[in-house]
Amino acid sequence: MSDVKKIATRDGYGAGLKALGEEAPDVVVLDADLAGTTRTAVFRKAFPDRHFNCGIAEGNMVSVAAGLATMGLVPFVSSFAMFATGRAFEQIRNSVGYPHLNVKIGASHGGVSVGEDGASHQCCEDFAVMRVIPGMAVLCPSDEVEARKMVRAAYEWNGPVYMRFGRYATPVYHDESFSVRIGKGELLQDGRDIAIIATGIMVPEAMEAGKALAAAGIGARVINMASIKPLDEEMVIRAARECGRIVTVEEHSVIGGLGEAVCSALAESCPVPVRRVGIQDEFGRSGPAAELLRFYGLTAENIAAQARDMLGR
Amino acid sequence: MTDKERKQLQLTANRVREGILTGTYCAKSGHPGGSLSAAEVFTYLYFREMRVRPEEPRWPDRDRMVLSKGHTAPGLYSALALRGFFPFEDMRTLRHIDSYLQGHPNMETVPGVDMSTGSLGQGVSAAAGMAKGAKYLQKDINVYAVLGDGELDEGQVWEAAMFASHYGLDNLCVIVDLNGLQIDGRTQDVMNTAPVDEKFAAFGFDTVWVNGHDFDELEAAFGRFHANKGTGKPTAILMRTVKGKGVSFMEDQADWHGKGPNAEEYERAMGEIMAARAALEG
Repeated sequence: MSDVKKIATRDGYGAGLKALGEEAPDVVVLDADLAGTTRTAVFRKAFPDRHFNCGIAEGNMVSVAAGLATMGLVPFVSSFAMFATGRAFEQIRNSVGYPHLNVKIGASHGGVSVGEDGASHQCCEDFAVMRVIPGMAVLCPSDEVEARKMVRAAYEWNGPVYMRFGRYATPVYHDESFSVRIGKGELLQDGRDIAIIATGIMVPEAMEAGKALAAAGIGARVINMASIKPLDEEMVIRAARECGRIVTVEEHSVIGGLGEAVCSALAESCPVPVRRVGIQDEFGRSGPAAELLRFYGLTAENIAAQARDMLGR
Repeated sequence: MTDKERKQLQLTANRVREGILTGTYCAKSGHPGGSLSAAEVFTYLYFREMRVRPEEPRWPDRDRMVLSKGHTAPGLYSALALRGFFPFEDMRTLRHIDSYLQGHPNMETVPGVDMSTGSLGQGVSAAAGMAKGAKYLQKDINVYAVLGDGELDEGQVWEAAMFASHYGLDNLCVIVDLNGLQIDGRTQDVMNTAPVDEKFAAFGFDTVWVNGHDFDELEAAFGRFHANKGTGKPTAILMRTVKGKGVSFMEDQADWHGKGPNAEEYERAMGEIMAARAALEG
């Protein structure tokens, strides 16, 4: 995919906010001294009076956003995924989740592809802690186009939404006709031998794995599951029924994320073998993003190898 | 205020105390101590200070009140009920499984509650967000937050204070109920937050000390809040109070932070409340 345009999903977030801001005067954006790197600075440049920097105080920022939401505004709050969902977890749970306030959390720097900053800044737990909050939608776009359009979808969704964006530039494969539908998966390649359900920047890797498997005569169904919660259970269960085996792929702990969400849905309706590709209950480390993704097996090669291992082919 | 107005407020605060005791007695739990210490300020806010419409609880242009020390919901609920937001008799259902009167304030179920609270430190941030929102929307809305003194241990209170001052939220009035006690004992022993006035001043607030049980002093303090409009300075009203105020055996006892009275204690407490009422009416 070296000839494909590569853009980080966080850039889609910034561009999406700016586009939304032009049409929706009730949108305000909060950041915690990371506007440049979360890309909310793109919004700030266009709408300086609608961007509130809260300083390095994520807990206060989230509760302030809750207060703004009670006034009829639609706040988007941003930080790194680690601090947005870790430091401010209880504020999200109690100030936003419990009263079902219309706050959107846009977090950048998800996963190990943060790179050299290392484990303290590589959040692989955000899906888990956001999923468990009642009423919270949990989304992770697979490319810049989906990230950009997800901002509007989150705005139109009534209630709290968590969106995870990445720092690392990854392939853009959607065209402008694509539209985000919360609660729906996207079928990217059909197949009947095995299904690969991926989220975020793992989707382009899953697509590559799907092609490699096809070349080896294995029909892999490839699904982009940007909506981790609500999960497209219908699509997951159909994949289990029709393919019989599933590989889940996420740049997140195998505990509490997409893999477990898929397993939960299947265990109650259509149990089939599932292989969870992700971070295997460990912390990240420093290194270049591409090398880290390889180190943790978050590559097309490993996805294809896991699929073949499951099939014994 | 006139003598008649003062007496009326005192009678209302007395009824707020009745609601607190009845609610926590019927619930066999709850937080009477810090509710009783704030009975006067709840009364003053809802009967003299705030622009609210009980018949239209979500009137968009109303003033907002966030009970950041959410465990003292019985005091807030009593004041709201007496103001006409819901029937006072419902205080008997406090904390019951089929009641809308949740143990801590719930903005989705209780008419008049502007923010769900209970986890200390978060309410004052939400209030700052409301004040910022009112400024952004160019609306003349006052926002009040009532905090406990134990709550000042929470770092988020000071994050919110920084935010309020940085954004010039002179429409925000922070009220601290300094009854000197928290769950584990004296605030000065558990975690000394003194000097509270100098701390808020250092964070850019105009601070004013009051006797939190004196309506004339409360009136003067809220007058100062209104006078601060246009200065860009948020206001902190620091209330010296007595935890458990109005019930002799609950006064200044940390033990009465978080438990309801039993039947015998309720009877004794109500006897004191009714005697105080008779004295006011006499």
